[in-house]
Amino acid sequence: MFESLSDKLQGVFKRLRGKGTLSADDVDVALREVRLALLEADVNFKVVKDFVARVKERAVGEHILEGLNPAQQVVKVVHEEMIRLLGGEEAQAARLQMAPRPPTVLMLCGLQGAGKTTLAGKLAVHLRKQGRNPLLAACDVQRPAAIKQLQVVGEQVQTPVFTIPNADPVRIAREAVAWAQANGGDVVILDTAGRLHVDDALMRELKQVKEATQPSDILLVLDAMTGQDAVNVARDFDEAVGVGGFVLTKIDGDARGGAAISIRSVVGKPIKFLGVGEKMDALELFHPDRMAGRILGMGDVLSLIEKAESALDEKSALEMEKKLRAGKFDFEDYLEQIQQMRRLGPLDQILKMLPGFAGNKALADLQIDDRIISQREAIIRSMTKKERRDPTLLNGSRRKRIATGSGTTVQEVNRLLTEYDQMRGMMRKMMAGDMPAMGPMAGAGRGAAAKSKKNKKGKGGGGGGGGRFRLPFGR
Amino acid sequence: MLKRGLFKNLFQRVDQLVTGRGRIDETLFDDFEEALLAADLNVHTTDRVLQDLRGLVRDERLPDVQAVRERLAQSLTELLGDPEDTKLKRSPTPPTLYLMVGVNGVGKTTTLGKMAFIEKQMGRKVLLAAGDTFRAAAADQLGLWAERSGAEFVRHREGSDPAAVVYDALQAARARAVDLVLVDTAGRLHTRSNLMDELKKINRVAERELGRKPDEVLLALDATTGQNAIRQAKEFVDAVGVTGIALAKFDGTARGGIVLTIKDELGIPVKMVGIGEKPEDIRRFNPREFVDFLLASD
Repeated sequence: MFESLSDKLQGVFKRLRGKGTLSADDVDVALREVRLALLEADVNFKVVKDFVARVKERAVGEHILEGLNPAQQVVKVVHEEMIRLLGGEEAQAARLQMAPRPPTVLMLCGLQGAGKTTLAGKLAVHLRKQGRNPLLAACDVQRPAAIKQLQVVGEQVQTPVFTIPNADPVRIAREAVAWAQANGGDVVILDTAGRLHVDDALMRELKQVKEATQPSDILLVLDAMTGQDAVNVARDFDEAVGVGGFVLTKIDGDARGGAAISIRSVVGKPIKFLGVGEKMDALELFHPDRMAGRILGMGDVLSLIEKAESALDEKSALEMEKKLRAGKFDFEDYLEQIQQMRRLGPLDQILKMLPGFAGNKALADLQIDDRIISQREAIIRSMTKKERRDPTLLNGSRRKRIATGSGTTVQEVNRLLTEYDQMRGMMRKMMAGDMPAMGPMAGAGRGAAAKSKKNKKGKGGGGGGGGRFRLPFGR
Repeated sequence: MLKRGLFKNLFQRVDQLVTGRGRIDETLFDDFEEALLAADLNVHTTDRVLQDLRGLVRDERLPDVQAVRERLAQSLTELLGDPEDTKLKRSPTPPTLYLMVGVNGVGKTTTLGKMAFIEKQMGRKVLLAAGDTFRAAAADQLGLWAERSGAEFVRHREGSDPAAVVYDALQAARARAVDLVLVDTAGRLHTRSNLMDELKKINRVAERELGRKPDEVLLALDATTGQNAIRQAKEFVDAVGVTGIALAKFDGTARGGIVLTIKDELGIPVKMVGIGEKPEDIRRFNPREFVDFLLASD
C-alpha cells in the first residue's frame, strides 16, 4: 500500500548510496524528496515540516562525519524518526483496554463512512477468537437503515445485536450494557452514528453516551485515505471524549496512509488496528516498526510470515510436498495452490512485502494481475474431475469445451497445459536434486502470476514475456 | 467554519497579510503554499498555480497583497471549469440516467437520495435503482430515501446481479414515464479489479438499454479524502468514463482541494456538493464559492 513512497525514498537513497561522502547538500536533496513523498502520502504538512527538520538536525553533522557509510545513517535516521512518530516500540503493546470486571464497554466513533459498523463486526470476530462473548449495540439512529446494517453484520458474525426502536442512543447504550450484564455478555461494542467533529449537538450526544456507559476503550475510526484534515478530526474527537486509540480502515486500497503519522504525532494516541478488507476477519494489529519499514521499502517480512502462517494449513503443505516428491502433482493440486495463495491476499501486496521487491528497479512497473489467476482458475474449474486428475486425457475437443466453459480460448488452455508440463518437469528435477523441502513460503513468495504494465497495454491477454512469473512455483 | 483548526494561526497570518499592509514577498508565497497544501491540493498543482501567480504578479504589476490574493482566487476558479462544465447533463429523450460510483463510505447513497429529493421537488419524476446489492442494508437505506423523496424505487435481493437491477430500473422507468433514473452502486476500492469489472458490466448494460452512454457517471468523493482521490478518479475514469464529481461531506473542516488537482490532471469537473445530512443539503457546484471557502480564514 505504500509502494510509491518506498519507491521514491529508495530512489533517493540509492543516489546517496552511490557516493562516498555525504554533504549537507546531499541531505537537503534527499530531504526534499522525503518531504514531497510524505506530502503525497497525506502526512500533514506541519508534521512533515517538523519531521524533515528533525531528520536534518540528526543527519547533518556529527553522525555523518563519524559514520563509515553516511547514506545508511540517513536511512536509519529517517526510519527511526518514522517509527518514533508512529508510536515507537512501546505502542506494539497498545491493545484494547479491557475492564477489570465485565462487561467491558468499547465505544466506536468517527466521521460518516469511516467504517464503524464494519469494524464493529470485525471486532466481534476478533473478540470471539479470544474466547469472549461480545454484544453489538446499534446506537446509530441517524443514518437510514444503519441499525439494519449492523443487524445483518451481527448475523454474519453470529453475535447478538442490541437495539431499542425509536430510542435515543444514550438509552440504547445504557440498556445494552445492562442486558449484557444480565445475559453473560462480557464485551459490549457500541456502534455510534457517524458525525462531524464540528457538529456540536452530536458531539455532545457522544459525550453523554460515554458518561452513561463509561467505556474502557474509545476507538476513533478513521479512513486511511483521509487527507490533511485528519489531524483536526482526531484532535476534536479526542478533546470531546478522550480517544483511547485509532483504527485505520480501508488500508487494503492503495492509499499510503500518511494520516497514520499525522494523527499519531498530533494527538499522541496509539493506532490499535488496521482494517484490511471487506471480509469480517480482515483486521490486523498495528505495528509501528513494520509500518515504518514498509514506508521505507525495507520489506515487511514479518507481516508476510505472520500472514502465511495463519493462511496456510501446514498439514496440507506437507501433503503437497509428498505429492511433489512422488511426482503426482495434478490440476486438483494446482487449484488448491491457487486457493491457498488467494487466502494470503492480493498478490501485489504480498510481493511488495518481500525485501528486494519493494525497491527493485526491474520490478517497478510490475503489476500483479489477479485476473490471470482467475482465468487459470476458471480453466481448471471447467475441467472434469477426471481431467484434473489425468491431464493426458485433454485432447482437442476437450480443450475446446474447456475454453468455451471458462470463457477463454484454446490457446490459453494450451498455454496453461504447457506451463503445467514445464512445472512438473522442473519439480521432478528439483526433487531429484534433493532441494530443500518446499514450505509454505515457497508457494507464497514465488508463486505469483504477474505481467508488466507495458505488456498489458500491448496485448490485453496474458501474453508471455516481460516480467511474468509462472504459477505457482516460480520459473 | 474553521474555528479550532490547526490552521487558525496560518490563516490569521494570511489574513493579516491580506487585509493589512503586507508586502508581496516570499513569505506570502510560502503562506499560500501552506494554505493550498493544507487544503489537500497536491504538490504539483500547488507549485504550478503558484508559479503562474508569480508570473501574473510581475506581468500585471499587481499592486498589493489583496490583489494577489484575488488573482489567485481567480486562477483557481478558472481551473475548476466554466459553468457549462459543472452542469449536470440531461437527455432530450427521457429517461436521463445518472450512475453513481465510488469507493466505500464516501456518501453515494446519501448523495443520490438527496438528488432524488431536490429533483422531485422540481417536479420531475425520479426513479432510484438500488444497484448496491452487496453492503448490508444498502437497499433499505436507499428505499428510505425513496420514501422520503417520493421517488419510484427498484431493488433486488441482496447479493443479486446489480446489472439486472439497472435493466429492470430502465424497463420500469419507461413503463412509468420516469424523467430521471438514479443508479446507486456498491462501494468498491478502485484497486479491486474484479469489482471494477462488475462496474463495467453495469455501465455496459445501462448503455445498451439506453442506446447511449449514461448521461452522467458521477464519482462520489469524500471531501476529507487526500491524495488517494486522484488514483480513485483515474481508475474509475478508466473503467466507466466518469463525467463529474459529487463532492460529499463538504460541511466539515476539510477543504476538498484535491478536486482542483483532479480537474487539473484529469479534466473532470465537480458537479454536485453535499453539505449536510438533511434531504435538501445538496448544491450545484459553484467554483467561486468553493475557492473562497478554500482560501478563507475563519
